[in-house]
Amino acid sequence: MSREITIIALKYNPSDETSKPRFAEYKLPETAGMTLYIALTKIKTTIDHDLSSDFVCRAGICGACGMIINGKPRLACKTLTSEFKDGKITLLPLPTFPLIKDLSVDTGSWMKNMNIRVNSWIVSTQKTDISKFEKKIEPKVAEDIFELDRCMECGLCVASCSTAIMKENFVGAVGLNRVVRFSIDPHDERNDADFYELIGDDDGIFGCMSLLACEDHCPKNLPLQTKIAYMRRKMVMV
Amino acid sequence: MKIKYTDSLIIGGGLAGLRTAIATSAKGLSTIVISLVPVKRSHSSAAQGGMQSSLGNCIMGEGDNEDVHFADTVKGSDWGCDQEVVRMFVQTAPKAIRELASWGVPWNRIKKGDREVVINTKKTTITEKEEAHGLINARDFGGTKKWRTCYTADATGHTMLYAVTNEAMRLGVQIEDKKEAISLITKDGQCFGAIVRDLKKGGLTAYVAKGTLIATGGYGRIYKQSTNATICKGTGHAIVLNAGGYMGNMEAIQFHPTPIVPSGILLTEGCRGDGGVLRDKDGYRFMPDYEPEKKDLASRDVVSRRMLEHIKKGKGVMSPYGEHLWLDISILGRKHIEKNLRDVQDISKTFNGIDPADKDKKGWMPVLPMQHYSMGGIRVTPKGESVNIKGLFSCGESACWDMHGFNRLGGNSVSETVVAGMIVGDYFGDFCKKNNINIDTKMVEDELNKQDDYLNNLLKLDGDENIYDIKNEMRIIMQNFVGIFRNGKDLKIAVEKLKTLLQKSKNIKIKNKCRLLNPELEEAYKVPMMLKVALCVAKGARERTESRGAHHREDFLKRDDKNWLNRTISYWKNEDDLEPTLKYEKLDIMKMEMPPAFRGYGKKGNSIENPISQKRQNEVDKITKEHKGDRYELQEKLMPYELQEIYKEKNQRLGDENE
Ligand SMILES: Cc1cc2nc3c(=O)[nH]c(=O)nc-3n(C[C@H](O)[C@H](O)[C@H](O)COP(=O)(O)OP(=O)(O)OC[C@H]3O[C@@H](n4cnc5c(N)ncnc54)[C@H](O)[C@@H]3O)c2cc1C
Ligand code: SF4
Ligand code: FES
Repeated sequence: MSREITIIALKYNPSDETSKPRFAEYKLPETAGMTLYIALTKIKTTIDHDLSSDFVCRAGICGACGMIINGKPRLACKTLTSEFKDGKITLLPLPTFPLIKDLSVDTGSWMKNMNIRVNSWIVSTQKTDISKFEKKIEPKVAEDIFELDRCMECGLCVASCSTAIMKENFVGAVGLNRVVRFSIDPHDERNDADFYELIGDDDGIFGCMSLLACEDHCPKNLPLQTKIAYMRRKMVMV
Repeated sequence: MKIKYTDSLIIGGGLAGLRTAIATSAKGLSTIVISLVPVKRSHSSAAQGGMQSSLGNCIMGEGDNEDVHFADTVKGSDWGCDQEVVRMFVQTAPKAIRELASWGVPWNRIKKGDREVVINTKKTTITEKEEAHGLINARDFGGTKKWRTCYTADATGHTMLYAVTNEAMRLGVQIEDKKEAISLITKDGQCFGAIVRDLKKGGLTAYVAKGTLIATGGYGRIYKQSTNATICKGTGHAIVLNAGGYMGNMEAIQFHPTPIVPSGILLTEGCRGDGGVLRDKDGYRFMPDYEPEKKDLASRDVVSRRMLEHIKKGKGVMSPYGEHLWLDISILGRKHIEKNLRDVQDISKTFNGIDPADKDKKGWMPVLPMQHYSMGGIRVTPKGESVNIKGLFSCGESACWDMHGFNRLGGNSVSETVVAGMIVGDYFGDFCKKNNINIDTKMVEDELNKQDDYLNNLLKLDGDENIYDIKNEMRIIMQNFVGIFRNGKDLKIAVEKLKTLLQKSKNIKIKNKCRLLNPELEEAYKVPMMLKVALCVAKGARERTESRGAHHREDFLKRDDKNWLNRTISYWKNEDDLEPTLKYEKLDIMKMEMPPAFRGYGKKGNSIENPISQKRQNEVDKITKEHKGDRYELQEKLMPYELQEIYKEKNQRLGDENE
């Protein structure tokens, strides 16, 4: 038989002067295979039309739905309600990112700044003739780049990082991982000194205190600590 | 009044919109891209399988070229496509993929020597050539003669979208996320921009532009069950409809056989490719009864149809989310699954708590055919401009350009987005450059006020309808009456019911009166938009009394080239109409490079032939027979088409010297 679950969510609309942060409590019957996406959709369409959250792909692919779920930063669409034995789930918006409303936060602006900060693109003086053969790449190298390219800018590493909470401009594991990604890409002409220019400071590679929370919470299981350590070794030598 | 000016306004930041933005900013035009969500979360990121492009690098792609890709695409479309557009597309696709490689997409690369693959459920060894080592690899996909689908594991859309966004950022394209276009600014058949709602604060701003391009993706969410992201609601189509713009072939909707229930997340075709089977509530493998030859591996539309037919016979499995069938890959064994179908396992474990490698029934995954892709869309010329609104362009899934006709091939869609971004983006840029507009601020102000009043009035409505119920009902109607199997009776009911819902949506009541961030208010203006799109689909389907590609009529089982070799145009004649007006655009067989014939799969002899097809075929045969010269010259003789010179260039391939 299905049980009843309780979802407690922070409600607050900063753009409305009369709004005060409060917790709303919702009770609903659990269905087989229910995810927090299904549960919140049910709440939004039947109990509280005013609840805001960010779901796009609802498949754990796009990185939109990060929340603090019973104290841990996680993707809500990939979280099953059945995991919580007492049937009580408390939801808070991700910290560090500006709150839009309730569980919806502005990850977009933060990620945009990070992308610009670390020049998150291929830098090359070569002009590609697109009707001719592509540059050959060792299969293993392509796979290694792909591994790091899997980051979906969900921001869970940022939300779980002590440095990021204290330092507004810290690029986070997501930013440092991105730099490593481009540094191993044969299409990119930047050298270590160029990357040092971008991240060789306390808002970059030297801000990380190696507390490992980022890697613990990364839904893509990216080897963030190893990669950050690798980058730090290189940057110290510059 | 808040007004923002730009040369090019691009609505939608998926692959199509962002690649267009790169084209316009390369021309020195100021460019703004707006998107409902941070652009890297656009639905393009969900594409898994890959991108079609006839590089012909890998051994199983040997001999591939534009001609083969062209033929596959035209057959796939069931001859509903614009063949000139398909030519533009296949010629540019190899360039698109090479460009993407230079922007950092880590395409899977070929390793020389032997490797083991599974072909027709049998383990086979193939040997990659020495000179291909390090070039872009490709995999097999449905409906293609060669292995042509290039990929980055199962996250192709993700890596493509990141590379294109990064390049757009490098060029300084202004990307504004959490912004929604809610109407177009038009006057005397010309578009001057859009009214945009800020989804972070709730306010309205007029974006005035020399040219406006819509790249808002598909409209799958009008269906109860869809593989599409929650944001694929067709609002981009609706704002064009509201401005009087034409849609093309809106009834052409693709359904995929094996999304998982209830989440609708896609499970790749590879499950069945490797030997997995479908089962019913009794655990019975039913596909061989329907399709003795191809069984579970018949084409997407055929399998989807058979599955529903079987459920209608009472063989579906009941669940809290409705009926479904099972997909069984447990028979492949744990070792195979954990190596070759890792992601299927991950999805199934996470979302359904089922490990598909578990023996027997325990490992079966619940599946049901669901809406997957929108072939129809904003009807545009080969240059991407709306056929009836000047200064308005569209590309990507939102457009009916029209290279997919009534069925698109897997891997051809992400490919279309970037290719169209290149080609249409260039034409669009030229238009913006030439078009010096005189802005009539009164007109801008009028449209802004109109939308402002509209939202205020929605809040004031004091009816007894609930917008969530209306939406839910619409999605169920689409699911049940405008689905995979269609017939005149159901479609008639659907159109009438949808009309009633559209009427009802004017008689709602919104509880929360907040004008700024109010999810209920958002539903209140979006649902009528979705209803208009749904009505175009339903009415188009009702009138089309034939079966073509994914459009299947139980009461008209044949493809009818005599009467229906045309494109449905739907539009809103008067603002207050409750249904679209339809008309038809004829396809000219005498201009086709490949006149209508048998697709090579599906039932043979299942079409009503047009005598002109044979006449044109004879002509084509004659030209081909008498032709002296290479395949490029022959193509030019058969069906000349216009394309930018840089994109028309010959594509270099291994073995070119043998041609
Ligand atoms: C699960 C799945 C897997 C797929 N796999 C493949 C595959 O392997 N190969 C393949 O070729 N195709 C695949 N497809 C299809 C392909 O992914 C899409 O057709 C393609 O990515 C669409 O790209 P687009 O740029 O046209 O639109 P999208 O990527 O959908 O982008 C639309 C953009 O428009 C914005 N937008 C929408 N409405 C508004 C509005 N009113 N105002 C402002 N902005 C708006 C959105 O925010 C978004 O940025 C798949 C589709 C699905 C559902
Ligand atoms: S590194 Fe991991 S946790 Fe951080 S943004 Fe990328 S995917 Fe999310
Ligand atoms: S909604 Fe996309 S990851 Fe959760």
